[in-house]
Amino acid sequence: MSVLEKVRPARVVSEPRVTDEHGRRVRVWELALRYALLLAVLALTVGPFLWQLSTSLKGPTEDIYTSPPRFLPSDPTFHNYERVSETIPVWDYALNSLKVATANVVTNCVGSALAGYALARLRYRGRRAATLAFILAMLVPVEGIIIAQFTTMRELGLNNTLVGVVLPGCIGAMNVLLMRNAFLNLPYEIEEAAFVDGANVWQRFVRIALPSVKGTLAVVAIFAFMGAWDDFLWPLIVLSDPSKFTLTIGLNYLHGTFANDERLVAAGTVIAVAPLIALFACLQRYFFRGVGEGAVKG
Amino acid sequence: MTMSTVSRVRRQLPLSPWLFAAPGLLVIGAFILYPFVSTLINAFTDRRTLIEGKFVGLDNFRELLHDDMFWIGLRNSTLYVVGVVPALVLLPLLLALLVQKNIPGIAFFRSAFYTPVVASIVVVGLIWVWLLDERGLVNSLLETIGVGRVGFLSDQWLLLLSAMAVTVWKGLGYYMIIYLAALANVPRELHEAAAVDGAGAVRRFLTVTVPAVRSTMVLVGALSSVAAFKVFSEVYLMAGPSGGPAGEDTTLVMLVQRTGTGLTGRVGYASAISVVVFVVTVALMLLVLRADRRDES
Repeated sequence: MSVLEKVRPARVVSEPRVTDEHGRRVRVWELALRYALLLAVLALTVGPFLWQLSTSLKGPTEDIYTSPPRFLPSDPTFHNYERVSETIPVWDYALNSLKVATANVVTNCVGSALAGYALARLRYRGRRAATLAFILAMLVPVEGIIIAQFTTMRELGLNNTLVGVVLPGCIGAMNVLLMRNAFLNLPYEIEEAAFVDGANVWQRFVRIALPSVKGTLAVVAIFAFMGAWDDFLWPLIVLSDPSKFTLTIGLNYLHGTFANDERLVAAGTVIAVAPLIALFACLQRYFFRGVGEGAVKG
Repeated sequence: MTMSTVSRVRRQLPLSPWLFAAPGLLVIGAFILYPFVSTLINAFTDRRTLIEGKFVGLDNFRELLHDDMFWIGLRNSTLYVVGVVPALVLLPLLLALLVQKNIPGIAFFRSAFYTPVVASIVVVGLIWVWLLDERGLVNSLLETIGVGRVGFLSDQWLLLLSAMAVTVWKGLGYYMIIYLAALANVPRELHEAAAVDGAGAVRRFLTVTVPAVRSTMVLVGALSSVAAFKVFSEVYLMAGPSGGPAGEDTTLVMLVQRTGTGLTGRVGYASAISVVVFVVTVALMLLVLRADRRDES
């Protein structure tokens, strides 16, 4: 771009051939600055997780309060993970969280696909009212209705059960509207052809419409899993029996009861966060693509 | 394809569309819309956990006016919006600009910056409780460089500030993705034209990038202010269930949870606080959207 670069082509060629999204070469100093900033933010966002991992691997004889701090455990051990499972039934809690999250994924995918299809593709009286109901439900602040949800659950006799944890969020209004938008974007022609061939509503839904919205369905599944696995306020209110706790509530309990041993709490948090980071690392490519597409299409 | 086929495809058996929509309608009806309406009704009763309430008119709201804890909650939730929202509108935009360019390894950085979003708020809360502990990592770093130890979790105001910092830290990646999608739509020609006119990086940011992503900034402002006003988990985990020293760090939703649950929970009174939360949330949305429209004209 500048005159300098034109008169010294040899030096430009010797630079690493890094280009931006438009195929333009990025200058070395700018690249160095970018990487320096990226690494600084990386330390800030991922560093705390690594420090937690490191604390969980430090043995009982190692001082975890040293100043200056020591990042690497001098004698790494898995002892704290054994101890945390002796202190609270952490694997049972993880299993409870897994049950809740899996149920949430299944119900959200099936329920929002069905309802989304009905809102986008089928004609009947009351469709606008049904759409409006989902929009209203999306706008209701969950934090404000949590006490009424709790009394509703008690009236149904489902308090202190995992079913009670799953039910209020098992078909999210937001997910229904996401699926509706995905179905709206499909062309009508293919379904019409299938209709002429004698396919009924259910067949057209399962064989034609559903396979075309896999991307959105994946985003719904990821959000449903993370939402259920990470939720705190609702399980805190609905669960009272420690044997039914999910992992997040169990961790809060562990923190409250054994706050004096950070190694234990650290091991517990690593158990809670590791599966999610692994899941996300596997799916991040689909996730960013799906979220990006949805946002651009608006 | 004739028109008659189109209309035949769209006109279905009268029952089947409702069968498709039924599970979804049932769930949001029973667990979102019905609780919403019953919250509005309960706010005017003296209902308790195990006792059916009777209508008491505006008594709950009158009591709120004289309840110190309510004013503390309102103050803290409002402070939370003031403290968190500007940071969450600006910082993720800068972060999005940083990760926008496709340089080697950028996909790794993007997902790594998203890690705090993926992690449960409980994990995040407990990690920061440990980091900000009197003897934790941040304090031992501060001591190493000679600043000395700071009571992040023992001082009422520092505790609230720390919780805000954690909220911002956890939200960065989420809003970064929203900005990334918006930035992808900014035409490159605008930047080049500005560069040809001799505008530096800061000037181009202010004259090209910010106007182009303005509507996204408003969206992020609206989303983050509503979320900030309803803050619960961060403060609950860092300050404890009773809300820090003398309960001074209690937020409104913490107050709802504390007064409305348990065997002696005052469902009616907690519902009245919830109604305040609804009203302020809607007001915040309208305020942000209105500010947006005024700027445009």
